[in-house]
Amino acid sequence: MAKITFPVEGTHIMMFARAVGDTNPVYHDGEAAKKTEAGGVIAPPTFPQAVAQFDPEYHLRPKPGQQWFGSAKEPSGVEGKAQSSGGLHAEQHYEYHRHLRPGDVLTAETKPGKSWEKQSQRAGKLVFRERITEYRDQKGELVITARGVGVTTERPVDQKK
Amino acid sequence: MALKASRLKVGDTHKERVVENLSRTQIVQYAGVSGDYNPLHTDEVYTTKVAGYPTVFAHGMLTMGLTGKMLTNYVGDGRLTKFGVRFTNQVWPGDTLDSIATVAALRQEAGQQLVDLTVSTVNQDGREVMNGTATARLDP
Repeated sequence: MAKITFPVEGTHIMMFARAVGDTNPVYHDGEAAKKTEAGGVIAPPTFPQAVAQFDPEYHLRPKPGQQWFGSAKEPSGVEGKAQSSGGLHAEQHYEYHRHLRPGDVLTAETKPGKSWEKQSQRAGKLVFRERITEYRDQKGELVITARGVGVTTERPVDQKK
Repeated sequence: MALKASRLKVGDTHKERVVENLSRTQIVQYAGVSGDYNPLHTDEVYTTKVAGYPTVFAHGMLTMGLTGKMLTNYVGDGRLTKFGVRFTNQVWPGDTLDSIATVAALRQEAGQQLVDLTVSTVNQDGREVMNGTATARLDP
């Protein structure tokens, strides 16, 4: 998979912290952050997920001139059987060598990991796929390792079980 | 403020309400900032008529982000060395989530004091939506 360049910006960190309801000044107030142990603004622990913004091919972002599988005039913009959304998120693991700061320019490289199957009462056959992403900084140092597991379900997850 | 190893013991807990009555708009906020525009999270028409779910539901990573807020409030800024979770049930608009961290172990690694935590986030019905573990650096 291609390497993705992920510039870490203060405004993006501020908006990310807002979305998770985190009012900690260390994520938006440079002056206040200087007085903390972090010594300046840092990114919240799950911020690496926003790397999707920097993937030009990311399949869960509508693109001009291409059909989008979400609703518009019709419940789906894609005719016939609905395109899969790519499944659900089953697991996410991060290992931090240091925390991200505005001004970091990361290079993210993702490799496929293990794959396995399981039978579920609530959603039928489940297919799990692991992806490992290494985030390196502008000096080439490994700063964060992420391991995500996605699951494709045979049918929607039953809410009654 | 960072946690001190000398003031912690196995079994200690820290609990926070990380979201109350989760709004669809907050899910939209998370979609916009993370870049994950999967219609399952924000598009009611697609989600009910095409995907076959009762309504839209939150990104797992929104739940992990909400839970991360509880963790960083507990262990201090920039102190986490590991954070990993499994998503066990979906989170829906209107849900209220409580996250709890429990001290599982206190240990030293290369001269650094560390705490291992188990992490659990439950909804208003007491159903666990996410569980996992985290490790953080401590002061002595």
